[in-house]
Amino acid sequence: MSEIGQNLRVVEHATCTFCGCVCDDMDLTVDLDAKRITKAKNACTLGRAWFAEHTIEDKPPARIDGKPATTAEAIEAAAQILAGARLPIIYGLSDTTCEAQRQAVAIADLMHGNIDTTTSVCHGPSGIAFQGVGESTATLGEIKNRADLVIYWGGNPAESHPRHFTRYAVTPKGMYIPNGRKDRYVVLADVRRTPSAPVADLFLLVKPGRDFELLWALRALVKGRKIDPSIEESTGIPLATLETLVERMKSCRYGVLFFGMGLTMTRGRHFNSGAILALATDLNEYTHFVAKPVRGHGNVTGADNVVSWQTGYPFGVNFSRGYPRFNPGEFTTVDLLSRGEADAALIIASDPGSNFPKRAIEHLKRIPVIVLDAKDTDTTELARVAFRTATYGINTTGTVYRMDDVPITLRPAFDSPFPGDEEVLTALKDRLRVLLNEKRGGALRKAA
Amino acid sequence: MSHTGRTMGSAIRITNGRVYDPANGVDGCVQDLCIQDAKVVAEVPADARKIDATGMVVMPGGVDIHCHIAGPKVNLARKLQPEDKRLDVVPSTPYTRSGSGGIIPSTFATGYRYAAMGYTTAMEAAVTPIGARHVLEELHDTPIIDKGFYVLLGNNVFLYRLLKEGRREEFREAVAWWVNATKAYTVKLVNPGSDELWKGRRNANISDLNENIDQFDLTPLDVIRAFIETVNDLGLPHPAHIHCNNLGHSGNATTTLDTMRAAEGRRVHIAHVQFHSYGGEPGKNPTSRGPEIADYINSHPNITADVGQVMFGKATAMTADAPLAHLLKGVSGNKWVNADTENESGCGIVPFTYQEKVYVHALQWAIGLELFLLSKDPWRILLSTDHPNGGSFTMYPKLIRLLMDREFRNDEIRKVNQRAIRKTILGDDLAREYTLSEIAIISRAGPARALGLKDKGHLGVGADADITIYEDDPDREKMFSTPRYVLKDGKLIIADHEFRADHEGRILHATPAYDPDIEKAIRPFFEDYYSIRFDNYAVSDRYLHNHQVIPGQIIPAVQPQ
Amino acid sequence: MVETMILIPGRSNKQGTSLNAGKLKHEYREVTSTVEMNQDDMARLCLKDGDAVRLSNTVGEAVVRCKGKKPSDLPSGMLFIAYGPPSSQLMGGDTAGSGMPISKNFEVQVERVDVP
Repeated sequence: MSEIGQNLRVVEHATCTFCGCVCDDMDLTVDLDAKRITKAKNACTLGRAWFAEHTIEDKPPARIDGKPATTAEAIEAAAQILAGARLPIIYGLSDTTCEAQRQAVAIADLMHGNIDTTTSVCHGPSGIAFQGVGESTATLGEIKNRADLVIYWGGNPAESHPRHFTRYAVTPKGMYIPNGRKDRYVVLADVRRTPSAPVADLFLLVKPGRDFELLWALRALVKGRKIDPSIEESTGIPLATLETLVERMKSCRYGVLFFGMGLTMTRGRHFNSGAILALATDLNEYTHFVAKPVRGHGNVTGADNVVSWQTGYPFGVNFSRGYPRFNPGEFTTVDLLSRGEADAALIIASDPGSNFPKRAIEHLKRIPVIVLDAKDTDTTELARVAFRTATYGINTTGTVYRMDDVPITLRPAFDSPFPGDEEVLTALKDRLRVLLNEKRGGALRKAA
Repeated sequence: MSHTGRTMGSAIRITNGRVYDPANGVDGCVQDLCIQDAKVVAEVPADARKIDATGMVVMPGGVDIHCHIAGPKVNLARKLQPEDKRLDVVPSTPYTRSGSGGIIPSTFATGYRYAAMGYTTAMEAAVTPIGARHVLEELHDTPIIDKGFYVLLGNNVFLYRLLKEGRREEFREAVAWWVNATKAYTVKLVNPGSDELWKGRRNANISDLNENIDQFDLTPLDVIRAFIETVNDLGLPHPAHIHCNNLGHSGNATTTLDTMRAAEGRRVHIAHVQFHSYGGEPGKNPTSRGPEIADYINSHPNITADVGQVMFGKATAMTADAPLAHLLKGVSGNKWVNADTENESGCGIVPFTYQEKVYVHALQWAIGLELFLLSKDPWRILLSTDHPNGGSFTMYPKLIRLLMDREFRNDEIRKVNQRAIRKTILGDDLAREYTLSEIAIISRAGPARALGLKDKGHLGVGADADITIYEDDPDREKMFSTPRYVLKDGKLIIADHEFRADHEGRILHATPAYDPDIEKAIRPFFEDYYSIRFDNYAVSDRYLHNHQVIPGQIIPAVQPQ
Repeated sequence: MVETMILIPGRSNKQGTSLNAGKLKHEYREVTSTVEMNQDDMARLCLKDGDAVRLSNTVGEAVVRCKGKKPSDLPSGMLFIAYGPPSSQLMGGDTAGSGMPISKNFEVQVERVDVP
């Protein structure tokens, strides 16, 4: 950090937490008087918006039933709601630090509630597929250094992860890729020609909902099996194109399959993810090959990690029996809400009120909802208790995991008058412990 | 800290226990043990709390010198196996967090299960530098026990470049820098030289210690020698911790012997040596060369080893030795994880089950027992299952019974593949039975000494008050599974077999001195070949929480006995 | 005229930048209320850029503005919309035991509506 004027400073090597690229090469110019970032060197368009728009808003630190409240009042109200609930759920966690996520799991454990993250509506199916078939994977630097065949499937990084191409996988020069883009062959498969398509040497326009068939055909071809030419009619891709692609896959030195929510959110879900993971595994009989989901929000990968190490399961975890159980479809949030089962919700740094299916949103409107967010959203609008919290990476430090599980420590730019998520959740946990202790007849003796 | 007139609950007198403290020459004497705050002391006030240990066995808390309990690969293996957890639940208690068990327990369950077995220290044995922050976060959530980790530097591309260019001074500084930057305890080598071939040459491996490592103009033996020398020179509390090349391959005992010879009398630790004690032709069924390996270790006091005993049942191959995991995927047909870490490591994970009737599995089991039973110095051939590679750490009590109970051992030997047994000395009805004192050595005093932990593994004045009290029971498995009392840092964690408190243990780490100028040499490499900034790489102190710097020790090379 | 088409909700760059400004603000609302449609399909349905269409299915409905895309970029019969409150109105809550609702590639009826 260096001072470049009385009220300006530069925070070097700061990290952008907007998307899963988690680029840690930001040099932020901060106007300390105005409490805003005036310049974010190296940031993409999304990152520039992230840094420019997270200022300190002149709003109360909390609202209860829409009326301004103090943080302490809101903690009391939130603790009362959760202590009185039979099936309280926690959801979100992708846009906050691992330190806050640890507190969230502790609360779920304490109140015998349910915890789930945005993973369940993002790469949850890839998590399920991982449990089925495993995964050959790599950190992004290894891909930069070695990958000579890069395939994107069902994703549009040019719009969702703008620096994925330039920083990690397509254009950068690496140890064994001295000429950058020239040393790589790039393939993109999608159901529409997205703004990412121009980056590819080969674009595959796949018929919607036919990814599984196409991936399975590639697996068969890798293993030397015959595929009927009618594959073109069912998937949109000619057999000859597939055969050439398979030849290229088997003969590359280091191949990578990146895949997006075009696989997980559509017909086939975890079967699609399983097919692409298995394809990469199969290819390791011939050469070195890895596959990676291109994860979305800043720290969704951290959420997977924290929930996994604390409970053993990555998302969709229920503590109602006093120990963690995992069952997607039962303990995942869309299901708990759509079936009308949850009777209180603690939403942390996410916006299901905007993005969830209609029925789930309708149920959220019926139950008491507690929200922690740096910004107003559709979810804060429907909440009984809404905390305005500091923005991670801009106002608070903490740990964030990049999409390839590499952890990075955040370097905040300026202070916020609002508390961080970790601070709010820790206070909420402590108060909830007292309330639950009374309710359970003094059974909770542990202080921390 | 006051030793007199203190009436707080922090003074404890353990009375009338049979104490096994081999480091201080105490072998089953009935005596009292005094504890003030977190330490063993000579005396406590008369009003100190008393724990009646009459008829019970008192030992220092267990010390695991080699296990895999936290970090990126462990968490992948955890996530990979929900089927293994659903029937092994760990409910919360008024004092403890909930979790899940199975072969890779959740972090909380890991800490509690070690404590419930009387273990109070465990060392995570393989951590990529870039994953150190993750490991420290998980260890922070691993309660009760003290813990540290070994950082993987044996396939580090930058360090290879320094060696290739003959820059040994800078190599030494860079190794010290990396230990500091990651908060590690010592340096780990895994299958040195293999990663470059695995990642860069279509999943190849290196099998000959004298083969060139791709473009580096280096051999695995050059790398092994450089690290053994450097870690000794730096005086880290524990020497280079080596997973030798050719793990699991027939005939690998030759590689293991060559690796040990490369130490030339310097300290070195050979990890899970059972997996490296095989005879036979590569590609064919292995035979045992356990006796030869045991002999070599017996006669070379510079060497310590942990056994890496195979226990029948569920295991998980989880290793920085990626080619090995790929091989096991082929053998088992199980789901497989491969995870490449830029410039630093490979990694592979495969769920695996060891079966009594399978020749190779039974042979591995038998070779582990051979190593234990032929060991002449229990201070140097130490107890481990290379958890979870050979089996869960929760199998230690059964392993102890196999060592202590000849009749039980012979019964078990009869249940397994007899063709394998005939390739070993186990069919000879070996008479040896480990004594309680020897068990205390291989599970506490020995690992603590090998780790340079002067306050652990013993019960002398000044020792950490990490103490386990067992009810004596001829069924040693039962006895060692369920201690009656466990104290950590003088705090009563378990009493009458139940948790009475939670506790946050310490991170144990080393801080060898280095010249800060070495960063000028490392930084440009990061800019070119890493995907994170050099300035964001070193782990800050705030990840340490409770921690303790373990001072180093310079121990000169010794000659064979 | 009502036609059945396939709706692909997804992220877009403008959605990403506008959500930073604020999800309750005009720009984000506008971005998430605009559906991209194949230009030939639009011509057939007598639609021009900015016209309103009602998207509906058994779950619900949403009225959004349409915007033409070249047939080479967006196949006939396919619609793209940036995720947001309008697309949520069309998503079913059933996850088939996976936790994941079908959020891309589902059928909707498209019809022109007159909205001032």
